Amino acid sequence: MSAVLFFIAGFGAIAGAVGVVVLRDPFYSVLSLVGHLLSLAVLFLLLRSEFVAAVQVVVYAGAVMVLYVFVVAYVGGREEPFGERLRGRGPAGSSLRLGAAVLGGALLVELLIALLGTGLEAVGANGAGYAPGPQAFGTPAYIGKLFLTRFLLVFEVSSFLLLIAAVGAVVLAGRQGGAR
Amino acid sequence: MTINWYLAVSAIVFTLGAVGVMVRRNPLVVLLCLELMLNGANLALIAFSRMWGNGDGQILALVVMTVAACEVCIGLGLIVAIYRRRLPIDVDELRELQG
Repeated sequence: MSAVLFFIAGFGAIAGAVGVVVLRDPFYSVLSLVGHLLSLAVLFLLLRSEFVAAVQVVVYAGAVMVLYVFVVAYVGGREEPFGERLRGRGPAGSSLRLGAAVLGGALLVELLIALLGTGLEAVGANGAGYAPGPQAFGTPAYIGKLFLTRFLLVFEVSSFLLLIAAVGAVVLAGRQGGAR
Repeated sequence: MTINWYLAVSAIVFTLGAVGVMVRRNPLVVLLCLELMLNGANLALIAFSRMWGNGDGQILALVVMTVAACEVCIGLGLIVAIYRRRLPIDVDELRELQG
């Protein structure tokens, strides 16, 4: 059962990622990314991290993507044929096409070697044991306890980072600030 | 399913994001591809967290989500500012960042 679910969700995640890169209209790219994020949330659930999966759906696929949709509708994303930059004018051209292909392939091979080829077999690939319960691994209680005890500084720093980002966005996109 | 399969998916998603950043011209889509790369890293973090039975990876994944939200906020603010100045929304033509 979990294998079937994994293959459905994994295929959905990869197809969503391909859609983001390939689709012409930025609006469809955003929708494809939403599908990718939902598939990824299913993968997180399969890895028994319920809270992160819920945050992924609510915050990422909900709030952040709505922001994207608003900006795409505001800016009115220009239709861009896939690969126009590769064929296009200017310094970019066939060398860029070759470079992107070579770099992408090399990156994939290197990542697969780094993640799968090294000594990870020593750990036991099926993961640690898991016992269901109200405070089990990955539940909101577990995450909250970690965040408010061991990782309190991280928690505070990330809240401050969000504040800085909100102020920065207002300054950048505000009518008086960035527009003049 | 063993953890290796999840790691393979995360590597593929990360590579697709990197290729998208190199190939696409619209800064909106470049931001989306950055999100893809962050999500690939997140999947690897969660998979490692499951492998060790340790919650630290999930905490780091949540922090990565926070940083991604900040990055989206600033990036979209920049794109709106570019649009308001009637500059072309195209990373190839925005080579100079001076006003």
